[in-house]
Amino acid sequence: MDRDPTVCVMGEDVGHYGGSYKVTKDLANKYGDLRVLDTPIAENSFTGMGIGAAMTGLRPVVEGMNMGFLLLAFNQISNNCGMLHYTSGGQFKIPIVIRGPGGVGRQLGAEHSQRLESYFQSIPGIQMVACSTPYNAKGLMKAAIRSENPVILFEHVLLYNLKERIPDEEYVLNLEEAEMVRPGEHVTILTYSRMRYHVMQAAKTLVNKGYDPEVIDIRSLKPFDLHTIGNSVKKTHRVLIVEECMRTGGIGASLTAAITENFHDYLDAPIVCLSSQDVPTPYAGTLENWTVVQPAQIVTAVEQLCQ
Amino acid sequence: MVLGRAFEDMCAQMYYRGKMFGFVHLYNGQEAVSTGFIKLLKKEDSAVSTYRDHVHALSKGVPAREVMSELFGKTTGCCRGQGGSMHMFSKEHNLLGGFAFIGEGIPVATGAAFSSKYRREVLGEADCDHVTLAFFGDGTCNNGQFYECLNLAALWKLPIIFVVENNLWAIGMSHMRATSDPQIWKKGPAFGMPGVHVDGMDVLKVREVAKEAIERARRGEGPTLVECETYRFRGHSLADPDELRDPAEKAHYAARDPITALKKYMIENNLAKEAELKTIEKKIDEVVEDAVEFADESPQPPRSQLLDNVFADPKGFGIGPDGRYRCEDPKFTEGTAHV
Repeated sequence: MDRDPTVCVMGEDVGHYGGSYKVTKDLANKYGDLRVLDTPIAENSFTGMGIGAAMTGLRPVVEGMNMGFLLLAFNQISNNCGMLHYTSGGQFKIPIVIRGPGGVGRQLGAEHSQRLESYFQSIPGIQMVACSTPYNAKGLMKAAIRSENPVILFEHVLLYNLKERIPDEEYVLNLEEAEMVRPGEHVTILTYSRMRYHVMQAAKTLVNKGYDPEVIDIRSLKPFDLHTIGNSVKKTHRVLIVEECMRTGGIGASLTAAITENFHDYLDAPIVCLSSQDVPTPYAGTLENWTVVQPAQIVTAVEQLCQ
Repeated sequence: MVLGRAFEDMCAQMYYRGKMFGFVHLYNGQEAVSTGFIKLLKKEDSAVSTYRDHVHALSKGVPAREVMSELFGKTTGCCRGQGGSMHMFSKEHNLLGGFAFIGEGIPVATGAAFSSKYRREVLGEADCDHVTLAFFGDGTCNNGQFYECLNLAALWKLPIIFVVENNLWAIGMSHMRATSDPQIWKKGPAFGMPGVHVDGMDVLKVREVAKEAIERARRGEGPTLVECETYRFRGHSLADPDELRDPAEKAHYAARDPITALKKYMIENNLAKEAELKTIEKKIDEVVEDAVEFADESPQPPRSQLLDNVFADPKGFGIGPDGRYRCEDPKFTEGTAHV
């Protein structure tokens, strides 16, 4: 926002309240009430307003207080955000960033625990990235703001308290690249967002049992970085996908198809995809835990895959 | 107005001759609203329309050739043939669409108005007084986005005018059957903005009201809701048999044809002679003929255009298995790559 005065923020409680997860804390004090705009509760309209502002020269960052609320903005995200650059014959660009916290939290109930990446992935003309660490959150956010394309940035409700040393110097990450978290030889584990941590926990157990998993945080949910992913598949010949999306029509489903299409000859076993159950996330803690993939399941899956 | 009428009539002919396809919604009868409002705008002001957007595009300055080409689906169209009848856009003339779903253009218009205020107050362009016009119909006035944007615009005093083209019918749904309180202008004051009703068949009356509303917006006093009582002489689209509307109602409004009315006014007040008006009509016919010829002779979009313009930055198609960005693959520029 310092570097480019056309960058502005809009969303519910982003200004005076500092954001429901304090992502925009103190920005309104620094940049004023118009640049950090507290909107009324009208997701479809303020997202559309962000799109109109992007078409006329601004670079808005629109926040969904919880990603799930952006379901109300589906009309604008699908029809206008994704399509207008094309239907206008390339005349208008939409350099908007749509972001917000999503994913399964701690007993937030079904509606506040949604994973919208699976719903939005078919929309042509948008890019989707998921951040998972303080380092990549900053780098991806900067990249998304500077991109001329509309980008949806998925944050996770349970990852806001992570602490990490990040460089003082300016850095911008690549929106289309995946991140190699742990190189290995036996199996490729593809994951993103919070499940990265469940995977790394499982990795510790697996290493103790003598396995050598390669862990890749795909980061770019649309498009997939088929180079990083492909190189890994060519090396290990076994793929496990661990995601928080639902099974049906999730990112894992698309990833499975993409890998099968492109790297079928390199696979020694069918791709295994661990996703959340196709269940509205229950409130009860025990049920909620069984809805998402847990480290123990990841360990079992790798053991089976490597037999 | 005459250009609008002649153009739309030609569209009907071209459609039935198989030159134009899909859903085409003609503006015959409503010309006074488009002319009355848009002719008061500067080039930098923005206009947002709906699927009934051909005449808004023409009024805003998009050449007839480019609109006709777009309708024929040719690559010389204002949107390279990629938008079609319902998606007219022009960056040069600040026409921000052309939208198929009703109501979805209103937030976009609100965003354009927000940009104008932002330029003045944050970017420091003190003389930026661009206004935005949002055109939509009676059916849209029962839609959530309409009300949400009335609130946003009034709350932040955005330089926008909400122009309701109330032609009494949303395809086959009469406004009276769809709306609890059919007087749309009344909904403005409920949100803290003036609500004005005007005879949308009289271009001079529309212009009076438009002038006031636009100047209000330029002064930074905020939005206005203007309800124009108007009528479409043809069906909702060229596919609509138009069987539900009462012939007496149609006759009533046909007698109030805005073009005939203005002609009469000009002749009676010695502002123009019959012969001069006939010359204008002849010239317009030539413009429209030329537009059709241009569109006819223009090429269809080539295959290489298929993947263009999906992303402003084509890196958005991602990195392929070979490590290169997909947009660098020659098949991509040929339009045959599978993305």
